[in-house]
Amino acid sequence: MISNKKAARDPEGDVIHRDLVKSHFPQAKSVRVGKLLRFNVEASDSLEARDLVRRMCDELRIYNPAAHDCQIGMGRLIG
Amino acid sequence: MNIGVIRFPGSNCDLDVVSALSATKCLAPKLVWHESPDIENFDAVVLPGGFSFGDYLRAGAIAARSPSIARIKRLAERGTPVLGICNGFQILVEAGLLPGSLLRNSGLKFVCRWVTVKVENTHTPLTRSLKMGQLLRLPIAHNEGRLFLPDEELASLRKQRRVVLRYVDDSGKLSASGNPNGSRESIAGICNEDGNVVGMMPHPERAADPIISPDGSTDGMAIFRSLATLSL
Repeated sequence: MISNKKAARDPEGDVIHRDLVKSHFPQAKSVRVGKLLRFNVEASDSLEARDLVRRMCDELRIYNPAAHDCQIGMGRLIG
Repeated sequence: MNIGVIRFPGSNCDLDVVSALSATKCLAPKLVWHESPDIENFDAVVLPGGFSFGDYLRAGAIAARSPSIARIKRLAERGTPVLGICNGFQILVEAGLLPGSLLRNSGLKFVCRWVTVKVENTHTPLTRSLKMGQLLRLPIAHNEGRLFLPDEELASLRKQRRVVLRYVDDSGKLSASGNPNGSRESIAGICNEDGNVVGMMPHPERAADPIISPDGSTDGMAIFRSLATLSL
């Protein structure tokens, strides 16, 4: 998941929260928007898979380290 | 005939629509903020183009959940003409007033150019004074205009004659080169079952004055004049 660093404003997330979500679901305290990339890789275990994806993201500059956070998760999405 | 041109935060074609409607000399357009309860008092409403709510989430998605939509839905149910142009079309689709989805253009680029469209339905308030098969030169300017519908919905749209406009090439033929955004079956505009809700990606208001048309086309006025015939 690639999203703006905390210190960088996220106007899209702010608008989704303020003009859409908040009035229907006041429990939602904030919304941050990101871009999700799903990789299907060959690896012997999950640790190797995670390392491989981390290297791809760093070496190919899939995210901009100056402005973005890049979180790597494993497994299926729930829901 | 009182027409409301509904302004959302980020609408930017509203004044051009007002100007084109006024040029028919039969219509009295009024700009109205999207939160205004006055929306329900109009004889027709136009949702103009632009980037409502910054196009965040998806183009038209946030406007489609704003309080005004319930009012627009009630108008639509009463048979009042509702026209969505470009972002207005995206809002109507996101609100479920028109079927399908408007996806990112197949070329993954914002497309801004003049196109030729063919009239395929003359039973809507916007096309009632046009001729079947008539060609119109109109500009488009959008990033998410690729109409997508699954096969069965597309077939039903076709069967119910709800395709209003199709993109064609300069000779008036359906072709891949005439389809600027990859819309299924080159669809540029559709209507609801009753024909009173119409959405179109091209901008008729930008083809309403020869001074801003590359070839002097004012074909967009034919659409607004059609609407004006309702008041006669």
